[in-house]
Amino acid sequence: MASGKEIRTKIKSVENTRKITRAMEMVAAAKMRKAQERMRATRPYAEKIAAVAAHMSSASSEYKHPFVVKREVIKRVGLIVVSTDKGLCGGLNTNAMRLALNLIRQWDTSGHGVDVTALGNKGLGFLQRLGAKVVSHAVGLGDTAHMEQLIGPVKVMLDAYSAGEIDALHLVYSSFVNTMKQEAVSVQLLPLAPVEKTELAHHWDYIYEPDAKSVVDALLVRYIEAMIYRAVTENMACEQSARMVAMKAASDNAKNVIGELKLVYNKTRQAAITKELSEIVAGAAAV
Amino acid sequence: MSMTIHVDIVSHEAALFSGVAEYVIVPAQMGELGIYPRHTQLLTRLKPGSVRIKKPDSAEEELIYVSGGMLEVQPHMITVLSDSAIRGAELDQARAEEAKRRAEEAMRNRSSEMEYAKAQAELAQAIAQIAAISKLKKSH
Repeated sequence: MASGKEIRTKIKSVENTRKITRAMEMVAAAKMRKAQERMRATRPYAEKIAAVAAHMSSASSEYKHPFVVKREVIKRVGLIVVSTDKGLCGGLNTNAMRLALNLIRQWDTSGHGVDVTALGNKGLGFLQRLGAKVVSHAVGLGDTAHMEQLIGPVKVMLDAYSAGEIDALHLVYSSFVNTMKQEAVSVQLLPLAPVEKTELAHHWDYIYEPDAKSVVDALLVRYIEAMIYRAVTENMACEQSARMVAMKAASDNAKNVIGELKLVYNKTRQAAITKELSEIVAGAAAV
Repeated sequence: MSMTIHVDIVSHEAALFSGVAEYVIVPAQMGELGIYPRHTQLLTRLKPGSVRIKKPDSAEEELIYVSGGMLEVQPHMITVLSDSAIRGAELDQARAEEAKRRAEEAMRNRSSEMEYAKAQAELAQAIAQIAAISKLKKSH
């Protein structure tokens, strides 16, 4: 049986661990609220730009953007993987990576090459270990997503699509269901799914200034970016929630371990005292 | 009462304005545009500048700064999609180039990282062996 001192040091170390996990839990809880607010704040823009895109698809324009044209043959596929920068958030990244890995394997077996963009440090590390072709990445996004950091890496993918290097673009991220539940999901970004046409009786088209091509280009690029931005903010809300839950579980476990160790400690202490007493008694009896 | 038009101004981070207006003046790419109710459908890009909104209940115009974006006009509705970053064809291109360069750098560095990981694994193994040997020595 371990000596009393050994157990005491062990209890101390578990207590220290618990202090850290408790602190992380509280930090995550505070950040979670803000991250969720930011996630909700992206909704108006996403809704509006979707509405504008729907209007645009019902307008009878001459110009058809390559983003909406479905390609017959798919040779290469683009994949954007959104993950967190830091770990200690339960199975959040693992689930997203598993989904990404399954997609990549699927494309591999069907003979499609895959280009990957990694948003977030964890995903980048994983994809590089995997040996995937990472064409662009953004790491160190912080607690607030900034469009500025995403424009470049995303444009690499969009340019590849426009140039015909890839023929489809997919996005993998963690979708926020509620604080306890996050789900890894994948969506197809390009070619754009046809938007449901709003009922407009007559034949009409926009006035485009300066011309249809540049305006539609700008709008669709923003539409894609808005979806990615939303995925990133959602992923951040997921990260904080998952971390809070994971740290809470860790704190609870530490508490249980401390309880058990204390029990063992008391038992050994009791045993030592009993032993000493019986020795004294036996000694006295011998005299 | 004069005619009004519904105006929505949104950015990625927040809804900046939502309400009715008598007219709206926007900094469009081809110059400033004043839009009154029942304007025909229009789609254009915006330059960085302020959107001026004349609300029916106040004499003054409300100013909202946008750093560029998109404008959609339907006869009874105006939508301004404000950018949250300064955009421009060259600037975006530069960002993409930068991202590409970083990715290539990361690809090149990967081999050294792999070696680092390998070395780390070997080191861990060596330490474990030393620990085992010293334990054996102690027990003898």
